[in-house]
Amino acid sequence: MSPNRILWLVVKLVAALWMAAAGYAIFFIAPDESTMHAVQRIFYIHVSSAWTAGVGFFCVALAGVLYLIKREPRYDWAGIAAAETSLVFTTVVLVTGPIWAKPIWGIWWTWDPRLTSTFVTWLMYVAYLLIRTLVDDKQRRAVLCAVYGIFAFADVPLVFMTIRWWRGQHPSPVLAGAQPGSGLDPTMKAVLFFTWGATLVLFAVLMRARFRLEAIRGETEELRQQAEDRAPAIAAVSNP
Amino acid sequence: MASQTQTVREQSVISAEAAPRLWPGLWAIFAKEVRTELRTRELLVTTAVFALTVVFMFSFSFDPTSEESRHIGPGLLWIAFLFAGTLMLEPAFLREQSNDTLAALRLAPIAPTAILLGKALSNFLFLSITEVLLIPVFVVFYNVGVASVLPGIILVCVLGTLGIVIPGTLFSAVTAHARMREMLLPLLLLPILTPILIAATEATASLLSDPPEWPSMGLKLLAGADIIFLIAAYFLFDSLLEE
Repeated sequence: MSPNRILWLVVKLVAALWMAAAGYAIFFIAPDESTMHAVQRIFYIHVSSAWTAGVGFFCVALAGVLYLIKREPRYDWAGIAAAETSLVFTTVVLVTGPIWAKPIWGIWWTWDPRLTSTFVTWLMYVAYLLIRTLVDDKQRRAVLCAVYGIFAFADVPLVFMTIRWWRGQHPSPVLAGAQPGSGLDPTMKAVLFFTWGATLVLFAVLMRARFRLEAIRGETEELRQQAEDRAPAIAAVSNP
Repeated sequence: MASQTQTVREQSVISAEAAPRLWPGLWAIFAKEVRTELRTRELLVTTAVFALTVVFMFSFSFDPTSEESRHIGPGLLWIAFLFAGTLMLEPAFLREQSNDTLAALRLAPIAPTAILLGKALSNFLFLSITEVLLIPVFVVFYNVGVASVLPGIILVCVLGTLGIVIPGTLFSAVTAHARMREMLLPLLLLPILTPILIAATEATASLLSDPPEWPSMGLKLLAGADIIFLIAAYFLFDSLLEE
């Protein structure tokens, strides 16, 4: 086993243990919220997934910039890996949100700025994944993905700003508690950051697995191409 | 021979400077697009008819009494523009691809950005013409008065249309090679255009409200989005054209 593989095996173990520890911390260490009780505990997963997805989308844009500068396939692979993994975390955010909202707000969904912009972001990166399946040419696909990844990342703050301005004109349900910075209990804050750390390591593990898959796919494609190029030559030699 | 042709072109199109300049190339592309469109007129006619159909179909899904149309009208109008724009942008580069003229454009001694901006400008013109045709129809169908707030409406339309055509032209350049490209371009573009849709709709709504309000925030957001899109498109387009 190469040192690199051993390192990643360790990282995987750390991710598993850390996620388990975060689960323990969420249910047994974090104090009970006075009005929301157990329902509030989904907050740790929800918020840390959202932050992790944000980091991931930044990685997509960064990989895009690096690809456009260096034109090495590995940045393209990193881009797709980050996009797909971040999309998973965004989906977790979009699923855990309504689960919390139903008992607290009384509704599953509201067109609040945060919710709406998360949903639009989710749509954008789904479109990003569609580029992968619909553009066949490897080079073109990579460039389009890089450009779209950068463009989408620049667009997200804009989306959020417009929606906040727009919805700001209408009354929206009050975000009941559970907002970081609004007097979060120190233990709760510690548990939140602990869970975020766990999701970040999990993100790294998943992204690396996806990256390897993409790299192997790229290699297979390359080898198949080479084999096809050589096949007529071989046929010509064996059947003179 | 090839170098001779190039020298001739350089002299005729972009004066005798070594570095390709932006404006002559931009103008040449824009003029070419308009000329092509004037010969066929297919793009403008289909887009205008499509937008008209959208506005007409909406009248079945809502009861457009005057009071209600003040609320839903602006959104409806901008949805129609957005759909029309997305459909119209798709052929912008497809035209080049079917005759393989994009390679020639790339070889021409003009700045690559000139191709983007020239095409964006022609798309802007076509979409604006569609809007000019559509707004009177909208006024008649939905009984909303725009005469008193016309300068504001024009400003919103100009900024909103710029916001649609800049990213639209950028992405139509690459989706021309994709499978299901008719579907892919709207899928890529519409989420990106959310800020434009919201800001333009709200700006139009406050102009049409009674009494009219000047939508300074909406206009600022539209202008901000236009600038961000333009900068991003400016830096990213070069890499999209490379093979």
